[in-house]
Amino acid sequence: MAPLHASDISTLRLRLASGEISPQDIVQSLHQEIASRDAEIGGYLHFNLEAALEAASKADLSLPLGGIPIAIKDNINVAGQPTTCASKILAGHYTSPYDATVVTRLRAAGAIPFGKTNMDEFAMGSSTENSTLKVTRNPRDLGRVPGGSSGGSAAVVAADLAIAALGSDTGGSIRQPASLCGCVGLKPSYGRVSRYGLVAYASSLDQIGPLTKNVTDAALILQAISGGDDRDSTSLPDPAPDFSKELNHGVKGMKIGLPKEYFVDGMDPEVRASVERGVQLLADQGAEIIPISMPHTEYAVATYYIIATAEASANLARFDGVRFGHRCADPQNMIDLYSRSRAEGFGPEVQRRIILGTYVLSAGFYDAFYLKGQKVRNLIQQDFAKAFSQVDLIVGPTCPSPAFKFGEKSSDPLTMYLEDIFTIAANLAGVCGISLPCGWTASQTERLALPIGLQLLGPSLGEARLLRAARACEQAIAFPAQPR
Amino acid sequence: MSQEEHFAVRPIAHLARLELSEAQLAEYSVQLDHILGYVAKLDALDVTGVEPLAHPNPVYDVTREDATRPGLTVDLALLNAPRAAQNQFSVPKVVE
Repeated sequence: MAPLHASDISTLRLRLASGEISPQDIVQSLHQEIASRDAEIGGYLHFNLEAALEAASKADLSLPLGGIPIAIKDNINVAGQPTTCASKILAGHYTSPYDATVVTRLRAAGAIPFGKTNMDEFAMGSSTENSTLKVTRNPRDLGRVPGGSSGGSAAVVAADLAIAALGSDTGGSIRQPASLCGCVGLKPSYGRVSRYGLVAYASSLDQIGPLTKNVTDAALILQAISGGDDRDSTSLPDPAPDFSKELNHGVKGMKIGLPKEYFVDGMDPEVRASVERGVQLLADQGAEIIPISMPHTEYAVATYYIIATAEASANLARFDGVRFGHRCADPQNMIDLYSRSRAEGFGPEVQRRIILGTYVLSAGFYDAFYLKGQKVRNLIQQDFAKAFSQVDLIVGPTCPSPAFKFGEKSSDPLTMYLEDIFTIAANLAGVCGISLPCGWTASQTERLALPIGLQLLGPSLGEARLLRAARACEQAIAFPAQPR
Repeated sequence: MSQEEHFAVRPIAHLARLELSEAQLAEYSVQLDHILGYVAKLDALDVTGVEPLAHPNPVYDVTREDATRPGLTVDLALLNAPRAAQNQFSVPKVVE
């Protein structure tokens, strides 16, 4: 039997129910593992063992996630614990005065928030190299990045240093690191999950979701965190269906679209072969695979970098050295206080995006950039609307290539942006998506076998069907242990 | 979508309240040039008659009952203040 820290939620729930183990045993098992192995991985920014053991001692095992510790990305507030967003502007300067709604809901479902995970600063990046606090390594190959921005969450789940984790996804920040680390990552539909207590990056794109060891666990966590919240007026009032009920009903008769734009020239041949095998397995299970076209896919990254940076430039105005966060020494006046506090506190990628976002919203450029971006966004959403009038789900790769080396893409911001080419459109359109491991690259000299992710996309609020297809795919693929 | 030959970071950084060094201004100028060059691919797309989309869901005018409910206490609200005095956030003098 797998050690506690390496078990999935369903297994732990059975063992808890039998009285064979206690929630404290799970927390202790994780803590021991973190103490011995996280120095190498670097997934966690901080954790509070005492608070977790206290919560474990009171855990109500009758609840759906009773006694299960869950790691939280460090841009989500957990009362009494630091929230840093991996930024110097918050590190050492901010203790969460309240719980985010997702944390309140996890607690209400019996779960135990345990550990805050590393990320790209303010969730801006695709490798976690933009963290100003720590390096996180890909547990499958320590010389490579874990992806990002939820790189810490993906790494600790894949390394069995967490049972499951929450991340946030603005342009692929849950699905891409899940793909690079070889775990499951689910981005819910925009509005499915409340963003109250998530430090906002791009408010019309951000969504919180689970990173897990398997699809069944993703369904359990989504169930706990879904639903409208009057503290987030963008959350949708629609009640969540029972995501586990039809999880094992298979894909027979489902129509799954294969967009030609998601299989581009120059993509890694092993990624292509592995994803194509996954698609074949879906067909073997009875799904009907239908070629489709998403003609505006190639404009998604450019559109994203207008809209996301515009929203970020407004959202990050709150970090002004007045109410929380770093304040510069001896400010002479308010402008000086703002300008030096922000220059000292924000790292380079955050500064670049704030400047780009300020520019696209500035007088004389608004129409050419921001307004144009919003119109192209509409075309991208129409691509999805047309696709989902023909098919139930869409399938393709999560990323064009497997995990890359440190420094390989960080010298050129644009190269890094293109990492999200297959994930970003889902955020612009507001649809849901999931990445699950579908295979390994062959190991080479000086390169270990690396995981490959398959992405399924579903219409807004279509998570039940999305999870059902993902579960069928997961069972057919039977993702093996890392070849050595 | 015309652009300067080199992106003028300084006035934008001032609007964004970021006091940057000369080295940072120069570095960001080249990088932002490059990024805007990529963004210019949207020029190829005709969007005549397309409505702008600000938000993925057609949700408007969300209201809730106008009733008091628990919020942060003064102590919790000031918990992270860089400087506080008399139950308020303290900042440099604004009015002479």
